[in-house]
This record gives sequence, C-alpha cells and structure tokens, in this order.
Amino acid sequence: MEHQSMSSEITFAPEHHDTKSVVRKIIKTTVILSVITIIELALGYIIFFMHKNPDHSVNLVLAIKGVIVILSLAKAFYIVSIFMHLGDEIRNMIMTIVVPLFLFVWFIAAFMWDGNSYKDLRNTYDRHHAEQTNVKPTNPKPAEHEEHSEKPAAEGVKQEKLH
Amino acid sequence: MAQAVAANTKWWSGGKSPFNIEYGKLMMWYFLMSDAFTFGAFLIAYGTVRMSSNGWPDPNHVFQSAPFLGDGLPLVFVSLMTFILIVSSVTMVLAVHEGHNMNRKGVIKWLAWTIVGGFAFLGCQAWEWTHLFHEGAWWGKIPVYAGSHFLNADGSVPSTNFSNFFFTITGFHGFHVFSGVIINIIMLIMTIQGKFDQRGHYLMIEKAGLYWHFVDLVWVFVFLCFYLL
Repeated sequence: MEHQSMSSEITFAPEHHDTKSVVRKIIKTTVILSVITIIELALGYIIFFMHKNPDHSVNLVLAIKGVIVILSLAKAFYIVSIFMHLGDEIRNMIMTIVVPLFLFVWFIAAFMWDGNSYKDLRNTYDRHHAEQTNVKPTNPKPAEHEEHSEKPAAEGVKQEKLH
Repeated sequence: MAQAVAANTKWWSGGKSPFNIEYGKLMMWYFLMSDAFTFGAFLIAYGTVRMSSNGWPDPNHVFQSAPFLGDGLPLVFVSLMTFILIVSSVTMVLAVHEGHNMNRKGVIKWLAWTIVGGFAFLGCQAWEWTHLFHEGAWWGKIPVYAGSHFLNADGSVPSTNFSNFFFTITGFHGFHVFSGVIINIIMLIMTIQGKFDQRGHYLMIEKAGLYWHFVDLVWVFVFLCFYLL
C-alpha cells in the first residue's frame, strides 16, 4: 500500500516496522546520545580541573581529548545511521556516502601535522616570534563604561598575524 | 540493517532508481556531503592555526557564563544548547516517522516542536554572542588586560585568530540552523495545507529532516572543537 503512493522510481517498498518498535528505537538512540554527551562533559570537566594543577600530565590530557573525539564520532554514527536512516538504505548507496568521508582521516592528520611542524620550525628559526608570543599583559582591565577600543594591548606588543 | 538486493534485479538497467531512493533524497544526501566538507575544512583550518600557535585561550575560561547564573560555570550553557539541538533532532525523527504513517496531525505536532527547539537554540547562540561582544570579543578584537579570561593558557597575549574563528564558524552554523528553521516552517505550512496528503507521501519532510539532522551533526563537531578540545 505504501509504495504505490511513493515516487515511481522506487520499486520495492522499504521495510515497514510497527510504530511501537520504531519509537522504542528512537528513544533508545536518544538515551545513548545523551549518555555519550554527559560522559564527554564529565571528561571535559576532568581536563578543567587538571589544568588547575600546573604539574598535570600533558599526555593524559591528550589521551582524554582523544577519548572525547572518539565519543563524538560515535555520536555522529548514531545520528547518521538511525536518525537520518542511512543504516536502512541499500549498502552500495551507504558506501557512496561513507567512503569519501574517509578522506577526512588524511585531511585531519596531514593538516594537524603540518600546523605543528610550522610552529616548531618557526620557533626554531624566528627567535623574535618565540619571544614575542610569550609577552604577558600588565595593563589593568578598562573601566566598564569606557568604549571597547581596538585591542588595548600591553606596551610594545603588536598583534601577531599568521603569515 | 541495510537492504540486500537479489542479483538479477539489474539495478542499472534504467526505469527505476538503482539505489531504491527518491532522486531528491539522494541529491540531498550529496548536498550534505558537500556541506560536510565545507564545515570540515573550516574546523580543520581552525585546528591547523591552533596547532601552529604558541599559545591559545583556554575555552573553559572564555566560555564560563550562563544567562541568569553569572560566571564560573564552564560548559553549562553550551551543554544546554547541545541538548536543545539533540532533542529537536529527536522531534524531527518523530515527525518523519508520523509522515511514513501518513498521520498529518502527528507531523504537525512534532514539526512544531522541532521549530521551537530551533528558535531556542538560536536564542541561546544569540545570548552567547552578545555576552562575548560585551566582554570585548568580536571579529578582529579580543580583550587583552591583566587577568582577562581570554589570555592564552600560559598567560601570554592571545591572537585574534581565536575570536575570528569562533564567530565565523559558529556564525556559519547558526545561519544553517536559521535556514533549517525557515525550511521547517515552510514544511509545517505545507503540511497544514494538506499538500502532502494530496501527493500521497511525506518525502519532503524526510528531506527537510536530513538537513536538520545535518545541522545537529555539525554542532556536535563545532561544540567538540571549540569547547571540549
């Protein structure tokens, strides 16, 4: 009954589950997404408290951030597969969406590596840059009623732009 | 879960969709792919500039306010925004589901709630922008003084790259939310007018749903990059 009223391009009707099982699946996915978000927030707070201690382990912070990224990818998987119903489509069609997105792995890795390398090389060969980006401001906070002017920077500090 | 198809159905012999999907829906998926690369490029650019900078503001110091609750509450307001968008995604899924069952009243109800969620998110984002603006942050501006929240984590003067990227990327995302709300309003009006009952299917709602979920998905990564990492 359903496929007669749909576009004529579609020749076999999509699987028709009963309403209760569909709604139950939606609620289950909502709970999963909420739990993952709460875990991400908890990890974010852990990093916040770790930063209060100047001796904290940088590698542990990075590891926690890595876990947060993986949790976000899990959220993306649930949203795309179940909310957007991509999981119900024909497998070859799913591949036309998912496979190109793997380019992101190379994209992210290459650019993060490059950015980091730029920083290290610049610090090595441009001492002025390394010293200048370490200046701490000493001017006090401007009074509330004053107009917010362009970057009231500390004396002798120029805003560095990325060339 | 994915549909398997018998080998002798000759997918590409013409006269029908080889993927058993309506043309408009397939094209919406490919548009979302292009938009995913756009936002991906923005966020990766943010990551690259941040990786190449000696210092960067700590998000938990910059973003620590909530309306009516004052300062000292990192991640609270943005969590609210994330939940609002997730819930509006859920109501959208329910609207699409009602569409499958040709239930006009159900579609109206859930679509209306999705629109409410969209406006709520936009309101929250507007508050966040206004609050940051009043603290002195904007495109090309970042408040620099001893003890400012916006200082780099090591106390040094921050670059305006931070505020530029923040406002640009959340601006693009907010614009997508806004256009999604407009599309949903149009869908709601069409549903009320009975246009989809006339056509015999609610496929248009599905396509609008895909766009709305994409907006939620982008927020997951914007929230990740700016507030958590």
